[in-house]
Amino acid sequence: MAVSALPERERRTTNDTPALDLSGRRNRDLSERIVKGFLQLCAALTLLTTLGIVVILLYESASFFRVVPIWDFLTGTTWTALSSGDQQKFGVIPLVTGTLTISLVSAVISIPIGLAAAIFLSEYAGNRTRAILKPVLEILAGVPTIVYGFFALTFITPVLLKPVLDVGAFNGLSAGIAIGIMTLPMVTSLSEDAIRAVPRSLREAAFGLGATKFETSVRVVVPAAMSGIVASFILALSRAIGETMIVAVAAGGSPAGQTGVSAGLFDVTQSMQTMTGFIAYTFSSDVARGSSQFYSLFGVGLLLFAMTFAMNVFSQWVALRFREVYE
Amino acid sequence: MALRSTGTTVPTLPAKDNTARTQEETILRLDKLNVFYGNFHAVSNVDLDIQKNRITAFIGPSGCGKSTVLRCINRMNDLVPSARVEGQVLYHGQNLNSRNVDPVEVRRRIGMVFQRPNPFPKSIFENVAWGARINGFKGNMAEHVERCLRQAALWDEVKDKLKESGLSLSGGQQQRLCIARALATSPDVILLDEPASALDPISTLRIEELLRELQTHYSIVIVTHNMQQAARLSDQTVFFSLSDTRSGILVEAGQTEQIFTNPVDPRTEAYITGRFG
Amino acid sequence: MSANVQADTIITATPEPSATFTPRTRVRRALGNVWRVIFLGSTVLAVVLLGMLLWSILEPGKDWLSWRLITNMPSRIPEKAGMNSAIWGSIWLVGGSAIFSFVIGLGSAIYLEEYAAKNRWTDFIQTNISNLAGVPSIVYGLLGLVIFVDLLGMGRSILAGSLTMGLLILPVVVISSREAIRAVPSSLRQASYGLGATQWQTIRHHVLPAAMPGILTGVILSMSRAIGETAPLIVVGGASQVLFRPDGPFSPYMVMPLQIFNWTSRPQQDFEHLAAAAIIVLMIILLVMNSLAIILRQHFSKKNRW
Repeated sequence: MAVSALPERERRTTNDTPALDLSGRRNRDLSERIVKGFLQLCAALTLLTTLGIVVILLYESASFFRVVPIWDFLTGTTWTALSSGDQQKFGVIPLVTGTLTISLVSAVISIPIGLAAAIFLSEYAGNRTRAILKPVLEILAGVPTIVYGFFALTFITPVLLKPVLDVGAFNGLSAGIAIGIMTLPMVTSLSEDAIRAVPRSLREAAFGLGATKFETSVRVVVPAAMSGIVASFILALSRAIGETMIVAVAAGGSPAGQTGVSAGLFDVTQSMQTMTGFIAYTFSSDVARGSSQFYSLFGVGLLLFAMTFAMNVFSQWVALRFREVYE
Repeated sequence: MALRSTGTTVPTLPAKDNTARTQEETILRLDKLNVFYGNFHAVSNVDLDIQKNRITAFIGPSGCGKSTVLRCINRMNDLVPSARVEGQVLYHGQNLNSRNVDPVEVRRRIGMVFQRPNPFPKSIFENVAWGARINGFKGNMAEHVERCLRQAALWDEVKDKLKESGLSLSGGQQQRLCIARALATSPDVILLDEPASALDPISTLRIEELLRELQTHYSIVIVTHNMQQAARLSDQTVFFSLSDTRSGILVEAGQTEQIFTNPVDPRTEAYITGRFG
Repeated sequence: MSANVQADTIITATPEPSATFTPRTRVRRALGNVWRVIFLGSTVLAVVLLGMLLWSILEPGKDWLSWRLITNMPSRIPEKAGMNSAIWGSIWLVGGSAIFSFVIGLGSAIYLEEYAAKNRWTDFIQTNISNLAGVPSIVYGLLGLVIFVDLLGMGRSILAGSLTMGLLILPVVVISSREAIRAVPSSLRQASYGLGATQWQTIRHHVLPAAMPGILTGVILSMSRAIGETAPLIVVGGASQVLFRPDGPFSPYMVMPLQIFNWTSRPQQDFEHLAAAAIIVLMIILLVMNSLAIILRQHFSKKNRW
C-alpha cells in the first residue's frame, strides 16, 4: 500500500502552480542601471583626469617646443625666462638641478630619521609611547606646506643656518631641510605599515632561535619589509620634487648658477629655483597668455609631471616586485 | 597496544623501543609552575619531570594551558607583556625562570617548532644557517646546514635548490625546514607546538617518523590535540585539563602505555575515551 | 592509507658531536641597546622639530592675534589688515571641492568595490588613482587653468578653484572610501542578498551606512588637505588682493594660505608677524577639523562592533 508520505504541498505538480520568475528582472530595473551607469561615470572621471593632464601638458608645451627646440630646453644651462628678447633663454638644467639638489637634501633628513622612527614605533615602543609619538608625526604631516615655507624662511635660515654657514636670506638648504621634515612622517608611516605587515610568526621564529630583539627587528623583520620601505623612500623623494610652496617662499626666485652670488648650479647656500618654484613664481605676477613665457610653464610642467610619474610608477614596481609573500 | 574504545584503525609507526628503560634521566623539571595573564590564572601548580631522549606529549582539551606550559620552557612567554610566570623550570640544575638567566641563551639550547610553518622569507640555506650564525657558529656552515637538513629528512628534496626561497616549499616541507632550522643551533631539547595540525595526513606521518628518529639524540616535547598521535608517538604522556576555577592544571602524567590503557585519574579516562573534549 | 613511506625519509645524519658556538650574548644585547637609543632619539628628534616649528609660529604671531585679524579685510597697513576675505574664500572653496570630490569620489569607490569585477581593468583604474595621488599639486593648477578657467570659460572664479581642488583631493577620497567600504564584512552583504535585495538596495541600506564613518573621516581629512593647499590656486585663482567675501560661484576669491603667502612675501617685519598670526588661525581651524575626524572615527568604531 503506497501511501504518499509527502506533505500536502509537495504533491502538487508543476502544472498547477504559477511559474516562478527567476529572471532577475528586479536587478536589471531601470533605476538600478541608472545608478550603475552614474557610478561608472564617476570612476571614468578619474581616468579622464589623468588623460586631461597628459593632453593639456602635451598640447600647450607643443607651442613652446615649436619656438624652443627640445634639445636646447633639456640641455641648456641658462634659464632667464622672465627676461625679454635676446636675453630670454630656456635651458632648464638650472631648474632641474635646483629641484634635485633640494630634494636630495630633504632625503638626507627624511630617510634616516623616518626609518629609524618607524623601527622604533613598530618594534620597540610600548602602547603608551606610541600613543604620544604617533600624533606628533600626524601633526607634522598635516601642517600645510605654506607653514613649512614660513618656518624655513623665518626660523631655519636665520636661527639654524646663518650662525654656522654663510647663507643668503633665500637659500636651497633651508627649503630642503623643511621639505625633509615635511616628508619624514610619510616615510615613517609607510615604513611602519610595511614593518607591521610582517607576521608575528616570523618574529616568533627568530626569537625561538635565540635572537635578541635588535637581531630580530633589523635582521629578519626589516629585510622582510624592505620592498615597502624602499617604496616609501621613493615616494618621499617624489613628493619632495613636486613640492611648491616651501621653495617658493624660502628658496628664492632666481635659479642657481645664474647670478654672481650663486656659486653654481648646486650651491644650496644661495637662492635656487626649482621647476615648481618657477611655475608658482611666474603666475604670482601676471603672465601674458600666449607668450613663450606662458608656454614655457607647460614645458616645465610636462617635465615635472614626467619625472614624478616615473618615480611613482617605479616605487609601485619596487613594492610589488620585491614584496615578500609570507604564507 | 590496545587503545580504549577509539573505534578507528590507526596506522602504526614502527614499534617503539621499549627496551633498556633502566635509567630514565630527567632533563627538565617543572616545579610549582604558575602562569598569570594579568589577573587571570592561566596555569596552576604544574609539577612535571621530562625525560631525556624521550618524546613527551602534552594532551588535553583546548584552552587548558598546554601551549602555555610549553612556552614556559623556552621563555617564550616573555614576549607576552601581561604574562607573569612563577615557579621553577629546572634545566641542567638551573632555574630558567631566574632573573640571571638570559632567554636568548635558553632559546639556543631549547628549540621550538610552531603550529603553522613559519620559515623566513629567505633562501632555504639561509633559513637554516641564520640561527646558527647569530649564535656565533664556528665551523663549516655549508656542512652544518646539510647535516641539519638531513636530520630533518629534507636534504634530498632541497639539495638542488638551496638558494630558492623557503616559502616555495610545500606545507609539509616547510615544517621540516622549520625543524631543520631549530636543529641548527644544536639544542638538546626540541619543543613542538601542534606541529602537524596544519598539515595533511601524509605529511603528518612523515613528521612523526622524523621525530621518532630524532628522539635518539634530542629530548622532544610535543603538544598535540590528536590523541592517536600522542598514543603512537610518545613515550610519556601528560594530560592537562581545566580546574573548577578554569585554570589549567596537570591531571596525570605517566608512561604513554599506562595512560592510555590504565589511567589512574577518572578525568583522564573520561578524556581519552572521548566522553569530553 | 598505509604507513608506507619512502626510503629517503630515513634519517641519514646524526648531529655534530660538538658544534661550537660563541653566542656572545652580552655583546649582542649591548649593541642592541645602543641601537635602541638611536631609534628612540630619532623619534624624539621629530618631536623636537615639531616644537621648533610651533615656536617659530607662536612667537612672532601671538601678539598679532585679535578679532580684528578675523573680521578685517586685507590692507596695506599692517595694523588694520585682516583675513576675513580669505576665511570666507576658504570656506567656499573647501566646501565646493568637498561636495565635488565626495560625490565623484564616493561614486568611484562604490563602483570599484561593489560593481566592477576584480580584473586587470579595475586594477588599472586603481593604479591610475594612486598615480594621480602622487601628481604634484601645481600640475593640477595647470590642468584647472586650461580646462576650467579657459576652456570652460569660468575665469578665475571660485568655481574653477573648487573644481581644481576637488580633482586634487579626489584620489584621497576614493582611496579612503574604498577602504571604508571594504571594511564592511561580507556577512552583512550576504544577509541582505540572502533576503533577495538588489545590489543597489544592499549598498544603499547596508553597506554605505556601515561605511559612512570611514568615508566621512576621509572626506574631512581631504578637506584639511584642501584648506592648506596653495600651489594650484596660485595658477588658477590667485588674485593678489581681494577685499570682499565671495558673492557667487563666479566670484574672484582669496584663501587663507594664499593670504599667508602674500604677507610672507612682503618685506616689512609687521607683515611677517601678521602672517604668523594668520598661520595660527589656520592651524586652529585644522586642529578642529582633524579632531572632528578623530572623534567621528572613534565614536563610530565603538558603535559598530561587528
